[in-house]
Amino acid sequence: MKAVCWQGANKVEVETVPDPKIINPGDAVIRITSTAICGSDLHLYDGFIPTMEQGDILGHEFMGEVVEVGSEVKRIKVGDRVVNPFPIACGHCFFCKQTLTSLCDNTNPNAFMAEALMGYSPSGIFGYSHMLGGYAGGQAEYARVPHADVGLYKIPNGLTDEQVLFLSDIFPTGYMAAENCDIKPGHVVAIWGCGPVAQFAIRSAFLLGAERVIAIDRVPERLQMAKDGGAEVLDFEQVDVGEALKEMTGGRGPDAVMDAVGMEAHGMGLEGLYDKAKQAVRLETDRPPALRQAILACRKGGTVSVPGVYGGFVDKIPLGAFMNKALTMKTGQTHVHRYFAPLLEHIQNGDIDPSFVITHRLPLEQAPQGYEIFKHKKDHCIKIVLKPGQST
Amino acid sequence: MAQPIKVERTVTIEKSAEDLYRFWHTLENLPHFTRHLKSVKVYDDGRSHWVTSAPMGNSVEWDARITEDRPNEVIAWTSVEGADIANSGSVRFQPAPGDRGTEVKVITTYDAPAGVVGDAIAKLFGENPKQQIGDDLARFKMLMETGEIATNEGQPSGRRS
Ligand SMILES: NC(=O)c1ccc[n+]([C@@H]2O[C@H](COP(=O)([O-])OP(=O)(O)OC[C@H]3O[C@@H](n4cnc5c(N)ncnc54)[C@H](O)[C@@H]3O)[C@@H](O)[C@H]2O)c1
Ligand SMILES: [Zn+2]
Ligand SMILES: [Zn+2]
Repeated sequence: MKAVCWQGANKVEVETVPDPKIINPGDAVIRITSTAICGSDLHLYDGFIPTMEQGDILGHEFMGEVVEVGSEVKRIKVGDRVVNPFPIACGHCFFCKQTLTSLCDNTNPNAFMAEALMGYSPSGIFGYSHMLGGYAGGQAEYARVPHADVGLYKIPNGLTDEQVLFLSDIFPTGYMAAENCDIKPGHVVAIWGCGPVAQFAIRSAFLLGAERVIAIDRVPERLQMAKDGGAEVLDFEQVDVGEALKEMTGGRGPDAVMDAVGMEAHGMGLEGLYDKAKQAVRLETDRPPALRQAILACRKGGTVSVPGVYGGFVDKIPLGAFMNKALTMKTGQTHVHRYFAPLLEHIQNGDIDPSFVITHRLPLEQAPQGYEIFKHKKDHCIKIVLKPGQST
Repeated sequence: MAQPIKVERTVTIEKSAEDLYRFWHTLENLPHFTRHLKSVKVYDDGRSHWVTSAPMGNSVEWDARITEDRPNEVIAWTSVEGADIANSGSVRFQPAPGDRGTEVKVITTYDAPAGVVGDAIAKLFGENPKQQIGDDLARFKMLMETGEIATNEGQPSGRRS
């Protein structure tokens, strides 16, 4: 089959590799009909996630048709049309029983690597480094899915791939990030980033009853898409974000702040209070990530939601502001499984059509160009869907 | 002078002590989840023969006998006289608080002639015995909780070797 393989920083290639097969009795193999490129893939592409190896097959946002099942697979049948969740969950452990599926105890064969870095290992994740399981990903024509009965979600007839594909990650991720904001009536939520995750977070925050959402980025078409979703927007290159948020919220600050940017936030001028605090304690000048700004901007007693991915260590988090303002932080890889049914219902009710975020549809073979335009936000790119088996 | 080395690891498994004890009590089951043990054969007299794989296709073998066996609580064993590397071990099952299953603690000790300790242990359990036993226990947990052991061996990649 054809698959998108990581070759080192800033290099992916579409290669011919062996087809996946059933290895464990709970496995299924699916033929992939649609598969997306994620902001999380950019962290791999840019070489910021450790334990990648040359030849690893990328991709964790995919769906398709079941073509083979292992001897213990009962619920899923050959021919089923399914969406796959990006974390792999066993369905039986302490964490899975509480639907904290991205924390599953039993799906990372390389748990010892993650334990060295994090103390305890999260679940395995498709196409996301050896530290997180070394599983072949789904930017390919076929993929092997362990614990198929637990993971694969059957899609009812009458919905297109593009309407349901993002149940694999970014819709649940935006939704869980909004849930993590602990939204109450009247609340104002500020979201750093207007990438695909943030776009779903904006819409989810409104579904969960937010009064206002303020979204922050610098890419015009992404700010426009945020506006289309009902958000007010700030361009962080044009305004002092902390000041602007204070003014827009009656001097209180947003009730919840969200870092939907992650470990590769763009640096910007040091601003306001942050400047002074930094000078006072003589910190080195550093690329200030969105998380830092979000913590400073949050109102007292507010909530910091972090869907943005971090890989290891960050410098100079303003823990003093975090502690003295009595903030709460909520984060995690998304427990995708728990959101399938409720979010499918939102799609079926017409509350949201997730396909709004797609700007590019490419054959799988054009993945290398896809990574380049997505990374550099060329051609107004916001979200790319790759279609296997459709090269022209 | 013999210099004993002791390794201890614990894991919590969402199963009753009965289930876990029963599986472990059939010593022949152990190679299902351990990396280094190739086989365990139990003789009629209750003694058993253990074979581990060692680097470069070698193997280390010894006979062992059970020294303690309390149903659903503990199984302990020790190698009998004449083993190349004298070793003993135990597994203890104890209910976890809050209905979270069973805490399973494995302790192994080795007596190896001074000077060859590191070597001997590497033969039995690889370079890092603590991690090896931890990984074995993680696989035991996977097998008990889910019926299979997570793996990525045998899947495709674009690796050029
Ligand atoms: N928690 C999860 O389970 C999960 C799942 C999917 C994605 N993610 C993570 O979410 C993050 C966003 O993903 P995405 O697909 O939307 O990525 P993306 O790269 O398309 O979007 C990031 C956006 O942040 C903007 N940005 C950069 N620096 C900024 C700053 N200082 N302030 C405000 N905006 C800034 C960029 O212009 C871009 O539009 C990534 O870190 C990704 O890994 C997490
Ligand atoms: Zn993703
Ligand atoms: Zn689990």
